[in-house]
Amino acid sequence: MRHDGTLRRRAVVAALLREPGDLLVVTGLGAPSYDAAAAGERPMNFYLWGAMGGAAMVGLGLALAQPSRRVLVLTGDGGMLMGMGSLATIAAAEAPNLAIAVLDNARYGETGSQRSHTGLTTDLAAVAAGCGWFATATARDMTEVERLHARLRCEALFAVIRIAADEEPRHLPPRDGAYLTDRFRQAIGVVRN
Amino acid sequence: MAQQPWQAQVYAALRSARVTIMGYVPDAGHTHLIEAAHADPDMRAVVLTTEEEGIALAAGAWLGGQRAALLMQSSGVGNCINMLSLPVNCRMPFLTLVTMRGEWAEFNPWQVPMGTATPGVLTAAGVHVRRADQPDDVAEIVAASAALAFDSTVPVAVLLSQRLIGAKAFVK
Repeated sequence: MRHDGTLRRRAVVAALLREPGDLLVVTGLGAPSYDAAAAGERPMNFYLWGAMGGAAMVGLGLALAQPSRRVLVLTGDGGMLMGMGSLATIAAAEAPNLAIAVLDNARYGETGSQRSHTGLTTDLAAVAAGCGWFATATARDMTEVERLHARLRCEALFAVIRIAADEEPRHLPPRDGAYLTDRFRQAIGVVRN
Repeated sequence: MAQQPWQAQVYAALRSARVTIMGYVPDAGHTHLIEAAHADPDMRAVVLTTEEEGIALAAGAWLGGQRAALLMQSSGVGNCINMLSLPVNCRMPFLTLVTMRGEWAEFNPWQVPMGTATPGVLTAAGVHVRRADQPDDVAEIVAASAALAFDSTVPVAVLLSQRLIGAKAFVK
């Protein structure tokens, strides 16, 4: 599979997270976390700095715990490949308020831009469909990204966005997990549990 | 009145601890809990493809103000190690019930290495480890472990011994 990503990742994430309202955002480690922070640091963003492969499942737990709110997971192709089984788990769990957007540069950007499977043979949208996701999409231009802005906030959608492999300047969000956890819970009104 | 079997007591202890989401990788020793979770309209049972998914699931549940638990077998503990950085680093509770293999009349030698390593691996990863060997003690140990996990926001594993569960029979 030849990878055809040309989109600028910061422009993509800025478009997806424009007017975030009370959207709950979980980001996978590395560049997706930096992209979300660059689009606007906010307590309702929960950034993973590790736990690779776990972003989608954090999103599922959050979506099940907060069924009246929308949850968006933003992760890279490497993180989604590592947590590929969670696509089956999430499809089977049927959480209508959870969507996933994969920023797919076909690279392990954090470790030196080595090629990933999505630049070789793997189509993650097809994997998701095979796991039972009814709604999947692949975006290759900004018009398609703009359509995702609405769809990711109302559908149980799995979207792959083909981005360019170019690195952006790092925009580092807070990385103290306890701080991120406490402020997130406070922001959505979890008093105790 | 006959005492409830310990499996039913354990489920009641989890409900009393306000656990509402139960992730699991199936294991024969967890059969009762899995069936009870699916039958309970106030419990969300989530079947996982691999155990570390359950740690991330529990983290998300906590972010959203609910309590989750993970059911797995000792062989699955090895799949969890890096994901345990999530509750440890984020100062989140985590509660798992681990059915032990490889320690008591084990027929399958492939279960022995991870069964032997389980308490040490969990401890090294920052998880508090408790162990239940006697039917009369299990529910109390689970209740106390849930209190430790959710009230003191730390990761806790309860090992359910293979003697307690009953060694798997491979002969028909």
